[in-house]
Amino acid sequence: MHEVDMTKCLLLSMNQWKQQHAPVIPTVQQVHLQVGTFTCVEPDQLVFTWGVAVQGSWLAGAQLVIESLPLVGRCLQCNGSYAPSSAAAYRSPCCDQPMEEIISGRELRIRSVDYTLATTTPSPAMLPVQPHASAAEPAQLLPHPASPTTSLAAAPAA
Amino acid sequence: MHMPLEDTLGLNLLAANQHQALHNREHFDAWRLLCLNVMSSPGAGKTSLLERSLAALAPEFSMAVLEGDMTTQLDAERLEAVGVPVVPITTGRACHLDAAMVSGGLRLLRQQLDPASLDLLWVENVGNLVCPAEFEVGEHRKVALLSVTEGEDKPLKYPVMFREADCVLITKVDLLPYLPVQVERIEAHIQQVNPRCAVFQVSASSGVGLEAWHGWLRASHAAQCPAPEVSTAESLSIHSILVSA
Repeated sequence: MHEVDMTKCLLLSMNQWKQQHAPVIPTVQQVHLQVGTFTCVEPDQLVFTWGVAVQGSWLAGAQLVIESLPLVGRCLQCNGSYAPSSAAAYRSPCCDQPMEEIISGRELRIRSVDYTLATTTPSPAMLPVQPHASAAEPAQLLPHPASPTTSLAAAPAA
Repeated sequence: MHMPLEDTLGLNLLAANQHQALHNREHFDAWRLLCLNVMSSPGAGKTSLLERSLAALAPEFSMAVLEGDMTTQLDAERLEAVGVPVVPITTGRACHLDAAMVSGGLRLLRQQLDPASLDLLWVENVGNLVCPAEFEVGEHRKVALLSVTEGEDKPLKYPVMFREADCVLITKVDLLPYLPVQVERIEAHIQQVNPRCAVFQVSASSGVGLEAWHGWLRASHAAQCPAPEVSTAESLSIHSILVSA
């Protein structure tokens, strides 16, 4: 379950990004990732871990959107691209060459963040604004051990 | 009214780990040592190989080991018996070492010795063919082990690990006469996913193939840490001190 550690890394990057807007705390709607299929990441587990990790933090309610990028190799014999598969031992179907070059499939990228910034005008009800007390807290990986029930209860309904 | 904004980050998902890994790497380079990240499934023979390689290379290289283990220090005790400084890093329930854990290990190591005196730093990762492949610790080279008892198909089933490796050691080859396994097929499967890596057949029990593997280590060390002119000047001054004494 290394997705937990990957989420920790992602939260560190998100906390750094937040600092760019200080003292305003951005309301994040979506975080977009690009994850190649030739990585050790299981997107469903990452989404699950993210959902737990952001509870009660300034990122609560933010959705993790993962774009899966397929494995694409380049055959060095004919320069053609192909979709390597374990069934074909990753060899190129065109010239039966080993998987020399990977064009795509190794990506682990935080592509972009969709967010809004609170302005002086009152915000419409359609956009949830996080309470500032919890928003000031850095995102924790897990709910506070002393009050797990409270954290769960305070989690916003999706 | 809120205007929806979008920031393009383009950051690596593991940017925080990579930042720490880069920091570790800067230390390694400043200390002029070669750092190896040794990875495999549990029981492939990482510790047995290290016992043999540490003993064989001790006359020519100054070495230390950062020993990753989930709960015990058994492996660390085995390697300490060889006479090489070992820092155990127990990861708890984590299935891999990350750059921050290695950084913590380095702090402990510096209490024992001056890392600048080292030529080789071995990081023995936690036994796992999946997670360690994605978490860099600052190493210069990745070494993956695959024992012949694990089967011929493992490079295809765990391709990321074998793709990332600079060197793959096929271990326990002394058992080949007793197994329905063709080592040529293991080599071919490694080559499918990573045509550029070095592959050696070795046995820590019989010693077969170790010399070729050690040759790769020597070449990697020479490439990573070329002899500096400064050290020549230092050795000259030491020589003159000895002569004048």
